[in-house]
Amino acid sequence: MTSAVMDAHHSEEHHGPAKGIRRWLYATNHKDIGTMYLVLSLVMFLTGGAMALVIRSELFQPGLQFIAPNVFNQLTTMHALIMVFGAVMPAFVGLANWMIPMMIGAPDMALPRMNNWSFWILPFAFLMLVATFFMPGGAPAAGWTMYPPLVLQTGDAFPYLIFSVHLLGISSIMGAINIIVTIVNMRAPDMSLLKMPMFVWTWLITAYLLLAVMPVLAGAVTMLLTDQFFGTSFFLAAGGGDPVLFQHIFWFFGHPEVYILILPAFGVISEIIPTFSRKPLFGHDSMVYAASSIAFLSFIVWAHHMFTVGMPLTGQLFFMFSTMLIAVPTGVKLFNWIATMWRGTMTFETPMLFAIAILFLFTIGGFSGIMLAIVPADIQYHDSYFVVAHFHYVLVPGSIFAIMAAVYYWLPKWSGHMYNESLGKLHFWLSAVFVNVTFFPMHFLGLAGMPRRIPDYSTQFADFNSIASVGAIGYGLSQLLFVYVVIQCVRGKGAKATSEVWDNPKGLEWTLPSPAPYHSFEVPPKVSSESAFS
Amino acid sequence: MDEQVKMRRQEAKEEPGDVALAGRLVFLAVAMFGFGFLLVPIYDVFCEITGLGGKTNDVAAIVEESVDQDRTIKLGFVTTVNGYAPWEFVAEVEEMTIHPGGIYEATFLATNLTNRHKIAQAVPSVAPAQAARYFKKLECFCFTAQEFAPGETKRMPVRFIVESDLPDYIDTITLAYTFFDTARATDATPTAMHTAH
Ligand SMILES: [Cu+2]
Repeated sequence: MTSAVMDAHHSEEHHGPAKGIRRWLYATNHKDIGTMYLVLSLVMFLTGGAMALVIRSELFQPGLQFIAPNVFNQLTTMHALIMVFGAVMPAFVGLANWMIPMMIGAPDMALPRMNNWSFWILPFAFLMLVATFFMPGGAPAAGWTMYPPLVLQTGDAFPYLIFSVHLLGISSIMGAINIIVTIVNMRAPDMSLLKMPMFVWTWLITAYLLLAVMPVLAGAVTMLLTDQFFGTSFFLAAGGGDPVLFQHIFWFFGHPEVYILILPAFGVISEIIPTFSRKPLFGHDSMVYAASSIAFLSFIVWAHHMFTVGMPLTGQLFFMFSTMLIAVPTGVKLFNWIATMWRGTMTFETPMLFAIAILFLFTIGGFSGIMLAIVPADIQYHDSYFVVAHFHYVLVPGSIFAIMAAVYYWLPKWSGHMYNESLGKLHFWLSAVFVNVTFFPMHFLGLAGMPRRIPDYSTQFADFNSIASVGAIGYGLSQLLFVYVVIQCVRGKGAKATSEVWDNPKGLEWTLPSPAPYHSFEVPPKVSSESAFS
Repeated sequence: MDEQVKMRRQEAKEEPGDVALAGRLVFLAVAMFGFGFLLVPIYDVFCEITGLGGKTNDVAAIVEESVDQDRTIKLGFVTTVNGYAPWEFVAEVEEMTIHPGGIYEATFLATNLTNRHKIAQAVPSVAPAQAARYFKKLECFCFTAQEFAPGETKRMPVRFIVESDLPDYIDTITLAYTFFDTARATDATPTAMHTAH
């Protein structure tokens, strides 16, 4: 280890990680913290996935089979909260922790002790959230959107729900601050902003989105809390408040939140596609501007979630067109990815397979999003399974696929060993097939009129529901293969990885040995035209 | 520079420059938390201007208008009891025909179906929303909470004017009241309920 040699004259703890549990409890190293984020995210992914499988088992046939309707509602609510805040967001923060210092030529994150805090808050927040299942009244069951007045009927779980959302928000805000400070202050001297890799760029934009909207969510749930316990009437009509106001505040957070979940995914595939096309990313700077435009537009589209609450026509038109406008920068991104592959010398290793699948499947979710933006159509689709199909298409074969692509792409750099490529490909094909078997029929269910968030349904929906349930169980089981491949790789079962890992990839992280040394760049690297991105 | 970067990592400590930037970002986060609360009055003003949500005045208005005999408006009444609370709540007449600018009175009847003391709050809403700002209440049982003895029935009046500059395309207005059982206010004073406004 180079760091060990360089640190030989320093005191002992600089050699490498501390031993045992203290390494993790007192972790300030960006790689250790990144690993903890990723492991937590995997655990939450499997937890939320198990809930999804119970939901899909109940929906396999019409009628009530396994669980009571109120438990069903608790499961849909908790599945969403856990997947959004527990699986996708921590995974991207974990990737940011691991990769950003290595990609910008920094030794570590800028605020290592805050980094420790922002991670260690999370297990307790989720423990508190999951514990609500065992409280009188059960877990929150009003949907992850927590609309009043329904959410105020939550039992003893209510304050725990609010506090865990507070904690998750604080953790995200601290993570975002750390990422911004690292990117702004710790880049290698000759890495100008526009020379940064796209993954770093998309994370910089995401971090600002987090800073702007997580506090707004915290404010909204605080108002719920005071409405329930301290006699205020922010959202209580009887006291002069308005429940619709909550929906406005929630979606002012909620729409930027969906870009928090997808922009880092765009960053990931902007790294992967050039590597396996053996061409530089087409239109790097236009990618930066497109991501920034998406972030800006995300603040002026929120009411497209609320077309059915009643809104003046001018409001409906404004939110319809501003929403559709987002398709333009998103189209720029897709064009650039395709142009990157155009006449490239392409190979199809597992990360590339996932990246290409994202281009196809995320786009399906994007198109159904445009359909939902059309006011008269949305009034038909609202709260139907069409919406469920839409957001699962952007989140599963969008965000989740990108996280898995990123893990396959960078795992050899982290562990020093290659993963099993044929098992990786098998995992990809199983995931890609089953994700469509699961979610594609939901479009038809929604168009046929099946409402979302119901434990039972009329019999004409039975066929598509049973197909979706089979797909879900197939998709869920396929992910155990992913866990197996990762564990085998981390245990060093694969071939030794070279420092480049792939065929001449661009980026500073590939100039470090594999596995990456405990401290990344002790000395700022030179950014050559080879490794710069602009 | 090299030495500096090397040192900062090995201390696992923060640089002053980093802390300063982090401080500014924390300030941004706190400001956005405040902005979330600022959305409440912004929304109220927005609703007042646009009539969004059909909100009407919640304190007595003073309006002097001449009656426009040439124009008639159909005014319908809708009553709802929130959350199956133990009330009977109806309008004395289902609809009336009015002229803009004239002062009218409508009466609503509410009965407490329990044998306990109850406090209720009626919340009005006007549809279409564009009519809300022209519908002015001079006196309304919805301005304050109403106390009910066990089994008591109350006749509750609302006096109102529809202003004559009501847009021409509106010929029907619906006034809806939702009756809330403000159970949690039973041990508070009735006036303590307008805390949000
Ligand atoms: Cu949205």
